[in-house]
Amino acid sequence: MSGFGKSLKIALGLIVIAGLIVIPMNFNRYGLFILSQWAVMTIAAMGLNLTLGYAGQVSLAQGAFVGIGAYAAAIMTTHGWPLPAAIVVAIVLSFAVGWVLGYPALRVQHHYLAFVTLAFSTLAFLVFRNESWLTGGIYGISNIPRPNFFGIATNKPLPFYYVCLGSLAIVSVAVWWLIRSPWGRAFMALRENPLRAQSLGIDTRRYTLMAFAIGSALGGVAGALYAPLTQYIDPVPFNLSLSLDLLMMVIVGGAGFYFGPFLGAMIAVLLPEWLRFTEGYYLMLYAIAVMGLLIWSPTGILGILDRYLAERRTKAASAQRAVAKSRLETAQ
Amino acid sequence: MSAVLEVSGIKKNFGGIRAVDGVSFDVREGEILGLIGPNGCGKSTLFNCILGQLTPSGGEVKLDGKVVTGLRPSELNKLGVSRTFQLLQVFPKLSVRENLILAGQEHQGNMASRLVGRSDAGLTDAANQMIGFFKLDHLADEPAGGLSYGQQKLLDAAMAFMGGPRLVLLDEPAGGVNPSMLADLKERLVAINRQKNATFVVIEHNMEFVMSLCSRVMVMAEGKVLAMGRPDEVRKNPAVIEAYLGH
Repeated sequence: MSGFGKSLKIALGLIVIAGLIVIPMNFNRYGLFILSQWAVMTIAAMGLNLTLGYAGQVSLAQGAFVGIGAYAAAIMTTHGWPLPAAIVVAIVLSFAVGWVLGYPALRVQHHYLAFVTLAFSTLAFLVFRNESWLTGGIYGISNIPRPNFFGIATNKPLPFYYVCLGSLAIVSVAVWWLIRSPWGRAFMALRENPLRAQSLGIDTRRYTLMAFAIGSALGGVAGALYAPLTQYIDPVPFNLSLSLDLLMMVIVGGAGFYFGPFLGAMIAVLLPEWLRFTEGYYLMLYAIAVMGLLIWSPTGILGILDRYLAERRTKAASAQRAVAKSRLETAQ
Repeated sequence: MSAVLEVSGIKKNFGGIRAVDGVSFDVREGEILGLIGPNGCGKSTLFNCILGQLTPSGGEVKLDGKVVTGLRPSELNKLGVSRTFQLLQVFPKLSVRENLILAGQEHQGNMASRLVGRSDAGLTDAANQMIGFFKLDHLADEPAGGLSYGQQKLLDAAMAFMGGPRLVLLDEPAGGVNPSMLADLKERLVAINRQKNATFVVIEHNMEFVMSLCSRVMVMAEGKVLAMGRPDEVRKNPAVIEAYLGH
């Protein structure tokens, strides 16, 4: 039964992966752009899911880290550096800044931490906008090149989509490894009960800073892909609303669930396209849907699935108990 | 017998209130020391000062002769000092087994090996043994939050032993545990005390439990040590009777 369930899951996963590789071959330029954007935003949301969903640290600054990564990549690649080098710099830079931003989390939590990170988000936006010697100010940076890998140019939408998808695959494996390692367990301990965690030898300071730094680094990776995807960046996409969008993706998908960000990013990126026929009503419908969802299931869409599976397990277990009991009675 | 823990002159003030007012005592290697006293007499505050959860306003704590005052709780735990809590303190969404692996993982390897090494830090067997020892077998894969109060108390105690501690401070382990489970708990504590040579300090209101479990008992009242001695001596002490029964 469980062996069958496992093979089913693997088969389903392979079908989805094959679908993501094959189906977009027929997509037009715009379809590929949307799908690439989904892959990039999923990476950023996975980072926030690590910080918020697993480690329980509220952050309204993930959009700022996407911006840091995007500017690092834009500046470097327009000066002739290859994109992989820019990605490494984006990771290091956002890891370091994320680590520093983690320090307030050692003193304040919840709403207060949200305000600290919100202030940081605003600060980052002001740097992007005002430090024009570096960032081009409100005019931004244009003509951001797309990379060549092994002699293959990724200028066209389809090859670059595969760059985004491949990056998403690498990040997915890395995050999966991280959350099932003792580190992942320690992150959950921060969320569930930091007091108990401390008394069990868990260095809550170090793990809190790590949760911020790693989550932010993934924001940086997403940004470093976003810049060559759009090939033009200015400060506007990286303002507070991106942080709020990413937060929404994590919460709608299901915070603390591995697949939450994939689903949340899909809804946030694709829903506007699907609801295009409603014209001006898209945002209103989205807002109402989110309110309804969170009233019904505060743990997001995957929370509904989780509840359903848990109920089914309980029912199965009580059915088994009933059978065992009746057997015991007939035996007597 | 040498002293594992030496506490001298520990004080803790909250504003104008002296919660702990110059408490000194030794805990000997391998003993089970009981700590009793009326509610609000400073027992839990004393624990929190010893364990680094609170910074004492004065005084000193020594572990094996070395000053450990001011160390963080996680650092003290790495030195072999563990604790349980008065109120339920488990990780509710993690399974019982995951709770126990979590309780031991920081005692295995280092930060790097915990990132690249095995997912269970090599602790699944140890966790299963602990689960068997505390008779939680049928609950091993259940989320800890779904356990009954008494079962969570047992889990809390089991977690305190996962790192192989030398000294364990138990804060009201018997509170809210039903009598049959309590007998089990006592049996387990005695077994660990003997087999692993672990030293215990136990805060408890259940007199029968304390008197039958502990080799020595310390009585606190209004932040001070009122009496210290064998259970039968303490029970007869007029000052103790006065503190408990009032004027």
